[in-house]
Amino acid sequence: MDLLGALLLVTGSAFLLLGGLGLVRMPDLFNRIQAGTKATTLGTLLTLGGAACLQPEWGLKLLLIGLFILFTNPLSSQVLARAAHRIGVEKSPQTTVDRLAEDTGEAP
Amino acid sequence: MVETLISIAAALAGAAFLLALYRFLKGPSTADRVVAFDVLTIVSVTGIVLVALAAGRGIYLDVALVYALLSFLGVIVVARFLERGL
Repeated sequence: MDLLGALLLVTGSAFLLLGGLGLVRMPDLFNRIQAGTKATTLGTLLTLGGAACLQPEWGLKLLLIGLFILFTNPLSSQVLARAAHRIGVEKSPQTTVDRLAEDTGEAP
Repeated sequence: MVETLISIAAALAGAAFLLALYRFLKGPSTADRVVAFDVLTIVSVTGIVLVALAAGRGIYLDVALVYALLSFLGVIVVARFLERGL
């Protein structure tokens, strides 16, 4: 159980590292948002699960933190992406489709 | 063994923190900085949990919970500000 928890900790931190790498390497804001929030959400949840395996009596609090992050992280990234789209942050030249602009009738 | 793996996890999280800090300092737009701030706080929550594990003190988890709450509020407020100027 201890070894499983520690391995979960390392896996979760590796996902955090991948998220940080995506934040540096991705070409524009929207790609950075998706790399930065999806990977870090999974990484944090895995880390919290690993901590719960190592210290089972902390399980309730860790579950609370995990649920909170699971609910709020996608919400904040969505609000941020919508705000960035509305103020016209530059898209990468490789962008081929923009459904929000099509729906609202703006120029893409 | 477990202590070594916790140290490796802390090193990986620290590297993620540095990468996000690079994006936070470089920008180029305000929204990029806000995304980087979001990632920084999530990585910090993980760091606080790792510190709690290393120190063996469960009270630190409360700090992580309040920190996650405040970072969520901060990102939402800045996004609203970008969108229509509060």
